[in-house]
Amino acid sequence: MVRNPVVRDLREPKHIPVIPVPTVFIPAQMRNLTRGVAQVVVAGDTVAAVVDELEAQFPGIRQRLCHGDSLAPGLQVSVDSTVTLRGLRSKLQPGSEVHFLPAFGGG
Amino acid sequence: MSKKHHVTTSLNGQETEFLCESRQSLLEILRDQLRLTGAKEGCNNGNCGACTVLMNGVPVNSCIVLAVEANGAALETVEGLACLGHLHPLQQCFLEGAALQCGICTPGFLVTAKALLDKNPSPSEHDIRFNLANNLCRCTGYDKIVKAVQAAAKELQATQK
Amino acid sequence: MTTQNELYLGKPSYSVLGRRPVRHDGADKVTGKALYTADVNLPNMAHGKIVRSPHAHARIKSIVVSEALKVPGVFAVVTGKDWPDLKDKVAVMGEAGTVNLMHLGANCLAIDKVLYKGHAVAAVAAVNAHVAEEAARRIRVDYQVLPSVTWVLDAMKDDAPLLHPDLHTDSMGKKADKPSNVAVHLQFEKGNIADGFKLADLVVEREFRTASVHQGYIEPHAVVAMWNEDNRLKIWTATQGAFNCRQQTAELLQISISQVLVVPCEIGGGFGGKIAVYLEPVAALLSRQCGRPVKMVMQRNEVFEGTGPTPGSFIRLKLGAKNDGTLVAGEAWLAYDCGAFPGGMIGPGCMCVFSCYDLPNARVNGYDVLNNKPKTQAYRAPGSTQAAFACEQIVDELALKLGIDPIEFRLRNAAKEGTRRVDGPVYPRVGLVECLRAAQNSDHWKSPLTGKNRGRGVASGFWFNIGGASSCSASVNDDGIVNLVEGSTDIGGTRTSIAMQLAETLGISAEDVRPQVGDTDSVGYTFLTGGSRVTFATGLAAYKLGLDLQEQMKQRAAAIWECDPAAVQVLNGVYNHLGRSLTFKQIAAKIAEHKLDPVMGQASVTPEGSTNSFGVHIADVQVDPETGKTTILRYTAIQDAGKAVHPSYVEGQMQGGAVQGIGWALNEEYFFDAKDQMRNASFLDYRMPTCLDVPMIETIIVEVPNPSHPFGVRGVGETPIVPPPATIANAIQRATGVRMSELPISPARLWKALAGQAEEDGPEPCGERSS
Repeated sequence: MVRNPVVRDLREPKHIPVIPVPTVFIPAQMRNLTRGVAQVVVAGDTVAAVVDELEAQFPGIRQRLCHGDSLAPGLQVSVDSTVTLRGLRSKLQPGSEVHFLPAFGGG
Repeated sequence: MSKKHHVTTSLNGQETEFLCESRQSLLEILRDQLRLTGAKEGCNNGNCGACTVLMNGVPVNSCIVLAVEANGAALETVEGLACLGHLHPLQQCFLEGAALQCGICTPGFLVTAKALLDKNPSPSEHDIRFNLANNLCRCTGYDKIVKAVQAAAKELQATQK
Repeated sequence: MTTQNELYLGKPSYSVLGRRPVRHDGADKVTGKALYTADVNLPNMAHGKIVRSPHAHARIKSIVVSEALKVPGVFAVVTGKDWPDLKDKVAVMGEAGTVNLMHLGANCLAIDKVLYKGHAVAAVAAVNAHVAEEAARRIRVDYQVLPSVTWVLDAMKDDAPLLHPDLHTDSMGKKADKPSNVAVHLQFEKGNIADGFKLADLVVEREFRTASVHQGYIEPHAVVAMWNEDNRLKIWTATQGAFNCRQQTAELLQISISQVLVVPCEIGGGFGGKIAVYLEPVAALLSRQCGRPVKMVMQRNEVFEGTGPTPGSFIRLKLGAKNDGTLVAGEAWLAYDCGAFPGGMIGPGCMCVFSCYDLPNARVNGYDVLNNKPKTQAYRAPGSTQAAFACEQIVDELALKLGIDPIEFRLRNAAKEGTRRVDGPVYPRVGLVECLRAAQNSDHWKSPLTGKNRGRGVASGFWFNIGGASSCSASVNDDGIVNLVEGSTDIGGTRTSIAMQLAETLGISAEDVRPQVGDTDSVGYTFLTGGSRVTFATGLAAYKLGLDLQEQMKQRAAAIWECDPAAVQVLNGVYNHLGRSLTFKQIAAKIAEHKLDPVMGQASVTPEGSTNSFGVHIADVQVDPETGKTTILRYTAIQDAGKAVHPSYVEGQMQGGAVQGIGWALNEEYFFDAKDQMRNASFLDYRMPTCLDVPMIETIIVEVPNPSHPFGVRGVGETPIVPPPATIANAIQRATGVRMSELPISPARLWKALAGQAEEDGPEPCGERSS
């Protein structure tokens, strides 16, 4: 398990190399918990695992993202370009992007 | 129990009679008593046309016609359009032209369009839009409805030659 | 990028998809036989009516029902007191996440407060609707009227009347200290907008306002509920999601979902407004009380005042571009109504606002605001139309001022595969560029437009396709016809598109599949019809079902030929083995003859939302300066459908959505008076387009296959409503030189703007008074 994840700053969004672990995009309203950092490279094969890693580095972020074993109400997870339905159980590939978005339906 | 009126009418060519209270609309009698649920209630104040039936050949909003007013009138509803198992050309053109989506407004449109084509067998696009303006549709944007009426007009003209 | 969703088969041609068969339910619908909920009649049935609040905001001091109960023919009366204890109860309802049951219940029947004029407070069941209405009039409700607020910015002020004194603003999980009408604050940020705007040669910023509008389905909400003596509740209803309805109703009544059977009747339009329950649990309570089935049908004014319009909004939007038209930065501030209870559309609004563009630096702030209007619900691409009205006009203004063709400007900045949206995710393969090029090459765009007070506008729009579970099952008849049962309620003709995808998979004709929509006891769990998901997701289930049936038919053929099933080949619906062949129908005929097992297939899928649909619209308008009336001379809708299963119904979605958007642009609005009461709750004064108001809507279907569907299908239903208000506003600007930043662009408002008065007085809130 990676204990010292590489913490990447947002100011160079176009220069992210392909890296063998997932990248979590921190919602703008939670960046105060990550010292302003917008993307965090962190190992894990599920969203739950990367949230655990994030909490270890940035205490307090888990209670914003989760309620118990589920995503916080009003949130959904997108892995790369796919909004997943499996929430914290969603599986990740090396190089996956993880985004936390407002939940929405349709009409 | 309030006094009931005895009404006699011709309904889709058949002599039909019913009892109704003063306050009951023609739409209510058609749907609830005569069990002809083709005419729909969309607004109950004459503004959407989903309840359209023909009364002596003229399209009326049956939700604002009192049932007693139908005494002695000839009524036509969507149920009377098809004949002996064959769809009316309007019905056929609506199907082939995909001129319905949810279908709730369709009976009203069919009946109104029939009245138009009976009166004006080769209407222009403007004629069609003007005469159907009392029928609201929220699903189709009207394009395919107008085209279906145009197609039906052509077909009726061809069969009459 | 992950490839786990790559399902596209890349077939070069199709035998069923792309054709235009007559829809399977068509004959019923054109003969008036199709059963909509209000057509259902059961023995011993009672009729229910709702009592509604005349006040926009009030505390309920008491409700006296005794006089109503004395009316002959009255069977039952219920109020909010008849709910089970819903305090602190939440339910997880699919993609909407957790739903506060107290709020959901209180919206169906108020508990201690009324929060909008029209809010339901009591319900009566009686022998017929007339008696129910008479009894309803005798229910005495004592209100303590409270100050109210309807304009979204007023509702955000510190001194605004509070709708829910225990509600604190949620900022992605962080709760504010003080209570507020601001239910949610969202923020998205990409790059650095301060640096970005410094690079701009031109910056344009404007404020926009939009009024509440309603989905306007012609069929009012209706339900028949029957509480049976075995404690099972059967509900016939007009719903976009039978399973969703089942869950909401069961949760509100605190019974198990298996006690509830929901039969989705034919539905007369939904557009997002028939997802939340209103009448179902109330009719159920009445039925339980009186022991009869209870039918409830809303009147039109109840639909306007008591269901869920889309948010009204205030948007401030700024974009910066270089002289060559490259966008460098954008900032948007959006405040959307959510009405009486939280759970509005600000999320997708914020995600869609810049979604058509590759914008390197952007910040979006969005607010869901409570106010004394009915709780907002989804209306076809919820939140996206309001956002596009703002963004597409600023884009248009930039293009105009920089002297760049508006389509060319969009092409230079268009979102493509790999573009990152402001909320984070990167687009997969998408078709905006193709749509823009199709617009450029269209007959409409190439035709000259001349004449005074005439102008041409263009705008683009975006919406998602959501995922969610879909189930279907089928059996093969002796005559080779396949009976398909699927779980997606049909609001636009989808049962035929799903049947076509099954037919394509099996190599049979669409006419040889008989689809029906199942109820919650007869088909597997299927998520609601909405989010442009059905043709995509339930179609995927039909594809898998087809593969299942095909496998079984191979086994039957193998049994008939006494060979190994693995040796049977299938091509275009013909099964072959060593020179022998049988068609699908021939095998079906032999199954009974050879006493083989009947063929019964099933499939369920839970695809994830991985795709979307872009659209571009073009409008030519003529403005009459003496009346302010705008006439649409020509209108073209262009959209990426991935693969059009039934082109007539894809066109139909594009045309229908475009005309709804035209109504939104030119006439439709909720008009509130000084007491915050809606004054135009009828089709006479809530003015939707008639067929005389619009021309033919030309359509151009672009097909950029969706990688996550075997046939490349994208959901198309919602996107068409996104571009129209901006398209028309842009056209009006070209026709008159005036940019209209308020919806609707009604004749009175446009006339005033043209006469120059609006510039002197300042913009008026759309139909509402500031408190």
